[in-house]
Amino acid sequence: MRSAVCLSAQIFTMVSLFGTVACRDSEPTIGGVGRPSDVGPVVAAPARFNFGTAADSTAIAAWNIDANAAGEGLPPGSGTYNEGARLYSQQCAACHGQDGEGGGAGAVVYPKLISREPTPDFPFGRDPKIARTIGNYWPYATTLYDYIHRTMPLTAPGSLTPPEIYSIVAYLLAENGVVPKTTVVDAASLPEIKMPARDKFVADDRKGGPAFR
Amino acid sequence: MLAGAAALAGGTALEALESQSAKPSASALPVPPVGTAVGTPEAPATAAVPPDATKIVGAPTSPLSVRSPFETPVRTPVGVVTGASFTPIHQLSGTIVPSDLHFERHHAGVAQIDPNRYKLLVHGLVDRPLSLTLDDIRSFPPVTRTHFLECAGNGRTAYRSPKPEMTPQLVDGMVSNAEWTGVSVATILREVGIRDDARWALAEGGDAAVLSRSIPVEKLLDDAILVYAQNGEALRPAAGYPVRLLLPGWEGNTCIKWIRRLELIRQPNMSRDETSKYTDPLANGTARQFSFVLDAKSTITSPTYPARLVKDRWTQISGLAWTGRGRIVRVDVSTDGGRTWTEAELQEPVQAKALTRFSHLWRWDGKPTVMMSRSIDETGYVQPTYRQFAEGRGLGTDYHFNCIRSWAVRAGGEVVFGVPA
Repeated sequence: MRSAVCLSAQIFTMVSLFGTVACRDSEPTIGGVGRPSDVGPVVAAPARFNFGTAADSTAIAAWNIDANAAGEGLPPGSGTYNEGARLYSQQCAACHGQDGEGGGAGAVVYPKLISREPTPDFPFGRDPKIARTIGNYWPYATTLYDYIHRTMPLTAPGSLTPPEIYSIVAYLLAENGVVPKTTVVDAASLPEIKMPARDKFVADDRKGGPAFR
Repeated sequence: MLAGAAALAGGTALEALESQSAKPSASALPVPPVGTAVGTPEAPATAAVPPDATKIVGAPTSPLSVRSPFETPVRTPVGVVTGASFTPIHQLSGTIVPSDLHFERHHAGVAQIDPNRYKLLVHGLVDRPLSLTLDDIRSFPPVTRTHFLECAGNGRTAYRSPKPEMTPQLVDGMVSNAEWTGVSVATILREVGIRDDARWALAEGGDAAVLSRSIPVEKLLDDAILVYAQNGEALRPAAGYPVRLLLPGWEGNTCIKWIRRLELIRQPNMSRDETSKYTDPLANGTARQFSFVLDAKSTITSPTYPARLVKDRWTQISGLAWTGRGRIVRVDVSTDGGRTWTEAELQEPVQAKALTRFSHLWRWDGKPTVMMSRSIDETGYVQPTYRQFAEGRGLGTDYHFNCIRSWAVRAGGEVVFGVPA
């Protein structure tokens, strides 16, 4: 209430163009906004609220699905080219094409997965028509496992077993010419595969300021 | 399999999209077929209303207000399960985008999530791994801020295959702006206690894409928000209901929707969306990775196609400007194809990492010309010309299309999306 009265007085003072009379009955603070002496300050947050429940190892394991570039998170099991060829035909070819050439049209496009054309100069920035594929653009082989496990096939995401995923990965890497068809893909071998585009990726050098990068 | 995919494509996703729109009442005009509004003038409204509203009692009160039957803004959905819906930025005023017109982009359909069963798991390099319910998240002190959200691929079609008959909706409709409410990620990280070797966090969605991105911890501690409300009400499903991550000023793809997990890690995961996608192939034969920040940009929203100017009549050139690096400090407008520039007026308040409305008064002299806008942000960054951008990044670059847009005025006054200059 005192605050409201004081505000009115301030407005009246300003409107009347009489000097710079401030609220004398409130303590002055930085910025000139007063808080009456009988009003406490804003309550500071505690160091911890203790909301939520501790997540146990079972709860974490149920959702901790990622596999990273070092191979951490890749499960036991292994896969082969031949098994991958069979699975690709069943699970992937309907959308991505029998030879991984991609499919769909217009607004629904399923990406091309396989390319064997050499692109040593990494020309993608210059020409949007050159398809970026696993073989010529993906920098890490582990990403294939991580991504297929998350969300493929489109109509039944999460339905493939680890050996099935390893096999599809073996098939796609071999068809892209990255590894021989004899390669057995598992948690140990996958992170060791060096992708052709591995060294083409650079850190973001944009920093704001006048220079365009 | 293909038939199944097609059914999924044509069915659930589009129905989910349409369920986001406010349904007009029975007496109102039906919303035009989705996808037909862009590139053509809006159909004239012919709703039945009394000739004199002062002589007839109006409609009763209602639980939900709906738009006037004369106002039928719609988004433009493209794609399906892996789809996007573009915001009609040319039909909006001010800077806030109504929630049902906010652009959307999703990679495996719009997830349908029961808020009573929702959980966020925070674990990894932390002292106290936590499982948080929606109620837990809403119990923390809230923050409310206005920020833009933009898809990193916004402007791709206009850059790669511009057409004169493009509206601002198709040129730049994957940007929106809203008032977001949630809890600072910093608050949550203090709660779990992050360890010194935690440099990144994998943020993961609970949708069928289980979409994941690696985010530097510095950003999470700076201004990241776990958002549960947009423009005063709960998030819409397409916006990530019940909780999404918001990284102000950063690529929309990093603002993980339906977030279910935050894992503190040492090194980035190298997920698909930070390697195969959302990297920027450059003209010099490399590709930029983790290019999170959206640089300054501006786009004229009016007058644009299909408007027609009248000679010597005052017109407002109006549009939107934004930068992921703080505040917009100036927007310049050119009405002579970039030869001379004039400072535009900025609508206050100008907020950091939020859309800023600019306007410029102009009288067209009847001669063919080109309108442009360019924004300057608080770091001194100047929105690049098309030529600068094309030379620096290349014609095949895939994200961050922030070069100056051109709108040509033809001799008859018709305004069309202009050829690059």
